[in-house]
Amino acid sequence: MAEITFNDIIKPENLTYKKSKLMTDNVMHYCPGCGHGTAHQVLAEVLEEENLQERTVGITPVGCSVLMYNYIDVDFQEAAHGRAPALATAVKRLMPDKFVFTYQGDGDLAAIGTAETIHTCNRGENILILFINNGIYGMTGGQMAPTTLEGMKSSTSPYGRDISMMGSPIKMADIVAMLPGTCYVTRQSVNTAGGVRKLKKAIKKAVQYQNEKRGTCFIEVVSNCPSGWKMTPVESNKWMEENMFLFYPLGDIKVPAEK
Amino acid sequence: MAKIKGAVVIDQERCKGCEVCVVTCPPQTLALAADVNSKGYHFSYAANPETCIGCSNCAVVCPDGVITVYKVKIG
Repeated sequence: MAEITFNDIIKPENLTYKKSKLMTDNVMHYCPGCGHGTAHQVLAEVLEEENLQERTVGITPVGCSVLMYNYIDVDFQEAAHGRAPALATAVKRLMPDKFVFTYQGDGDLAAIGTAETIHTCNRGENILILFINNGIYGMTGGQMAPTTLEGMKSSTSPYGRDISMMGSPIKMADIVAMLPGTCYVTRQSVNTAGGVRKLKKAIKKAVQYQNEKRGTCFIEVVSNCPSGWKMTPVESNKWMEENMFLFYPLGDIKVPAEK
Repeated sequence: MAKIKGAVVIDQERCKGCEVCVVTCPPQTLALAADVNSKGYHFSYAANPETCIGCSNCAVVCPDGVITVYKVKIG
């Protein structure tokens, strides 16, 4: 048999993986290796596969992902800093047939928006909260976030986070899992192909639970911030596996009973 | 025995050279080029294209979605 050439393989019928159609052609402003890009791709893939493009409303946060509406081709509404769950509540109550999600970083969700997050989860609004936790304020220049690990250096904790002065890092997923309104709480990552595929399954479950009106779904994505952590993307992924995953273990925290 | 051959097409102008695909690739098909694209990034390319198995791991972890994967069964 003749040797198969590159051009024989590159044919539409052999296509295995391609960027989602919902991703626009704009070049993302994220730093090289940032987990935000991967999380966007996964979200767009799920929205495409579940055929949700026409009935999705996303709420963008303030932070690195503030310009997310430029990259995914669905309807978006920009919220004031930290207020994405409050806005999502309004959208979902006014238009219950829409699929509503918020996409928030740790500064938005765990610092300025803690009250909105906790009360939205407590009320059990039928929305999906996607929480990207990279343990630092990426957009403003690497300051300490509530989720920064003990001893981790940032521009406002140059000697490492000191628990006696700055308190302990906050595990938002564990906190909201205790509230009766949440139906599905999980913690995932995007550093490996397996992690990305698990995240995709988690988002699909959240879509299903929202369709069934089961309550708030909360997905925490432990992510990296190569620029803020002052590492290369590969080093930052390794550091994340060795340090972040110890404090933020991956896996489901709360799973609803099957109907 | 049926063998699987894969191929990757990388949009090198959009690649930011983060190297995440290179470390994820099980048969070490990918590598960063010595050349740079117009933004100055060492883009990713298939250094050993004959080893590609079309597993899509590189494309799945790519933050910028620059990789398209094709796969064909032969034999």
